[in-house]
Amino acid sequence: MKDLQRLNNPYCDDKVLCSCAIFGMMDSTGKVFSGEPVFRAMINMQERGNGLGAGFALYGIYPEHQDYYALHIMFTNRDCRHDTERFLETAFQVERSEEVPTRKTAGISGEPLVYRYFVRPKPQGTNFVNDDDFVVQSSLKINSELDGAFVVSSGKNMGVFKGVGYPEQIAEYFRLDDYKAYIWTAHSRFPTNSQAWWGGAHPFCMLDWSVVHNGELSSYGANRAFLETIGYKCTLFTDTEVMSYAVDLIMRRQKLPPEIFAKIVAPPLWEEIDRMSEDEKELHTALRSVYGGLLMNGPFSVVIANNNQMIALTDRIRLRPLTAATRGNFLYFSSEEASIRLVSPELDNVWTPMGGMPVVGKIGSLPKPDDSRKRNTSAARPMAEVAR
Amino acid sequence: MNAPRNNSRNAIQAPQRKASDFRIRSNRLAEFSVERDYDKCIKCEVCIRQCSFDVHYYEEEEDLIKHRSEDCVGCQRCAVLCPTDALTIRPNPAQYRAHGSWSSEHVKDINLQAETGGVVLTGAGNDKPMPVYWDKLLINASQVTNPSIDPLREPMELRTFLGAKPDGVEIENGKLVTSMPPQVQIETPILFSAISYGAISYNVQKALAEAAVELGTLFNTGEGGLHPDFYKYRDHAIVQVASGRFGVHPDYLNAARIVEIKIGQGAKPGIGGHLAGEKVSESVSITRMIPAGTDAISPAPQHDIYSIEDLRMLVYAIKEATNYRVPVSVKIAAVHNAAAIASGIVRAGADVIAIDGFRGGTGAAPKVIRDNVGLPIEFALASVDKRLRDEGIRNRVTLIAGGGIRSAGDVVKAIALGADAVYIGTAALIAVGCTLCQKCYSGKCNWGIATQDPYLAKRVNPDIARKRLVNLVKGWSHEIKEMLGGMGINSIESLRGSRSQLRGIGLTTEELNVLGVAPAGN
Repeated sequence: MKDLQRLNNPYCDDKVLCSCAIFGMMDSTGKVFSGEPVFRAMINMQERGNGLGAGFALYGIYPEHQDYYALHIMFTNRDCRHDTERFLETAFQVERSEEVPTRKTAGISGEPLVYRYFVRPKPQGTNFVNDDDFVVQSSLKINSELDGAFVVSSGKNMGVFKGVGYPEQIAEYFRLDDYKAYIWTAHSRFPTNSQAWWGGAHPFCMLDWSVVHNGELSSYGANRAFLETIGYKCTLFTDTEVMSYAVDLIMRRQKLPPEIFAKIVAPPLWEEIDRMSEDEKELHTALRSVYGGLLMNGPFSVVIANNNQMIALTDRIRLRPLTAATRGNFLYFSSEEASIRLVSPELDNVWTPMGGMPVVGKIGSLPKPDDSRKRNTSAARPMAEVAR
Repeated sequence: MNAPRNNSRNAIQAPQRKASDFRIRSNRLAEFSVERDYDKCIKCEVCIRQCSFDVHYYEEEEDLIKHRSEDCVGCQRCAVLCPTDALTIRPNPAQYRAHGSWSSEHVKDINLQAETGGVVLTGAGNDKPMPVYWDKLLINASQVTNPSIDPLREPMELRTFLGAKPDGVEIENGKLVTSMPPQVQIETPILFSAISYGAISYNVQKALAEAAVELGTLFNTGEGGLHPDFYKYRDHAIVQVASGRFGVHPDYLNAARIVEIKIGQGAKPGIGGHLAGEKVSESVSITRMIPAGTDAISPAPQHDIYSIEDLRMLVYAIKEATNYRVPVSVKIAAVHNAAAIASGIVRAGADVIAIDGFRGGTGAAPKVIRDNVGLPIEFALASVDKRLRDEGIRNRVTLIAGGGIRSAGDVVKAIALGADAVYIGTAALIAVGCTLCQKCYSGKCNWGIATQDPYLAKRVNPDIARKRLVNLVKGWSHEIKEMLGGMGINSIESLRGSRSQLRGIGLTTEELNVLGVAPAGN
């Protein structure tokens, strides 16, 4: 069992402290586009990072292999690649494997090998678990048992590219100018511990769910205790890891919608719940009492994506910045409005979502400001919309 | 000097003794020394009327108030009420010759037993200077990377739900379809611990019940039943089913928000209870459903629970009797294998586990048990919470920690160690007036708390007592909010089980491991 904690948290802090810039851009028609505006937006927020971690999640980049799980795996040496490939061949049908193309980039050093594998689980015997769970379990197994290997992303028709450097350096290194995607999310990191590790950069990803996160969860210990009780193993000691596990538990495994996810991690205040209709009160009371340990308390803003949607959310009292905007078919999320204005000076709508109010953009439907801008007496009203 | 005394004293039924009555009854040194400043004493006889232990008496020949220090229990009632501050009660400066092994307490107890041949009784909680681990834990606060929150300007939430929680919820069309196990909402994570009517007076239990109503929390009947007058507080009552089954009937069970099966008590793990017949007044007898004046004896075990599967049967018998409307709690004393026992209790179907540490109070217990049996609540709580988490069943039960919670700081530390809420008993009684003289078992409580003597019991005005209890819990709740805000969180559930908010100071590695906290500075 290798020690990811030592790698990502060399001083054994309770958790790794970090702050960040986040950005997301989606074409709601599902058409792919170049990441050039995303890179410019991130350069514009350079002050929010310190070059110790950056990354991108790209959706729609592998249409020719869209029925295969695309595993992006980092290796610190060749031996561990062989071990990992042996493991993959026993468990999966590997359709294709290749090194992720890179180019020499000034300022990037200590880079690991990064490979991608397009795989499908082999038919299993009596120990049947569904394909998604099998991929998750295999990824966690590689991460915790195979020394030097780390699964960066594992979804279909998507991939995560991340490492140590500023966002534009990471984009340059992984030749992201060669890709086109219909959702791009991006992250730049400001960790307060001095060392940085490629696997510890954002986005964090389980299957096609990716998370970029700007936050410092004051409730980390309680969140971690809750998730570990359910069986998740927190190995990286970061807020984003617990946020990713919460996404996996609530939205993938328990299949609750993003609007409910928001009400779990950033719930309305009791005084708001007390004013709701009986049905809503019953629902929110149950959410808070069942999932109290997943209340992400303290400052965060987060952009979550999967193949069908891009979601933005801030903490319940909105202690971290987030701006949402739309222009034509495009949806933008950013830590700073200036970055959105830089790439799209004209906007149809631009707004600041209220704390705890999710902005959900789906392929085929853009969000409207009213859904998330007002926190009227209602957390009630948006919930009624969930009902429809 | 020898002017005739005011005749009014004849109207007062205070004990009159002559100096010649004074005799050495024992070769035990007095525990306390009563010192009277005769320059200040105005012979008003308040002290005589206040002391149920007959320490003070009027000596007619000398026209002086005198006292018998060896009967003094150190409750300070006379000193507090003396209008001229003439009285000072202090530990007796005269002591046996100092000895590192044979303390004065040992010598006195041996003498007492040599005189009586009985068990040395005591009340309240363990008073020995054993380590208090709350005092060796320090709480975290936010600086720079995550902001602290100001509870005077921002909402700060303490609402807590007691009861089992499912693994997840299902929602259809915006409506909850999961049927939730019974939940009890409380507005602050502080509950009043089990204290029976019988052990305490009617007025004090009334004050606890009314304070619970005002605070939005719960009081606990203890094992003494629920007085007919108190059914109006049913929405705030936890009712106990203990080994004596006193006062247990269908209406009683259905009057409760939570039914608690009492297996053990922190002050006296492994043994039962004994309410002396003297304390079984007519009113207590109605409540307990036993004849007045008879001893109320609670057996050590519940005689229908000799195993975990028996406990399961009682848990479900109660659930059947209450139509699955109320959570069932099981209260155990903190003992060495508490973690395994708690795991079994969850599997037996309990919705709440209350763990009572060895510093918890009692109305009466053998001193040798109180001072030698059990476990600190800090260790028991930490190991139970860890075990239930390791087994993935922590959400199926609410954990209530009690037994030595003395301040809001202790509450915050208990919740960070894994408690959902805490029980306070001793702290509540101190708020009402208790000075921890430890004579609860005598029924002669001068503060009117642990007594059924109407003359003494009326000393507690239930309205004032209610107000003092409400003030205490409100004050603690404000302090908890301040500490939460300091940690940068605005809801109590974000503290629950968050042991990284704690650091241990002056603890061994083994102690830190049991508590699951890192050392200070780490």
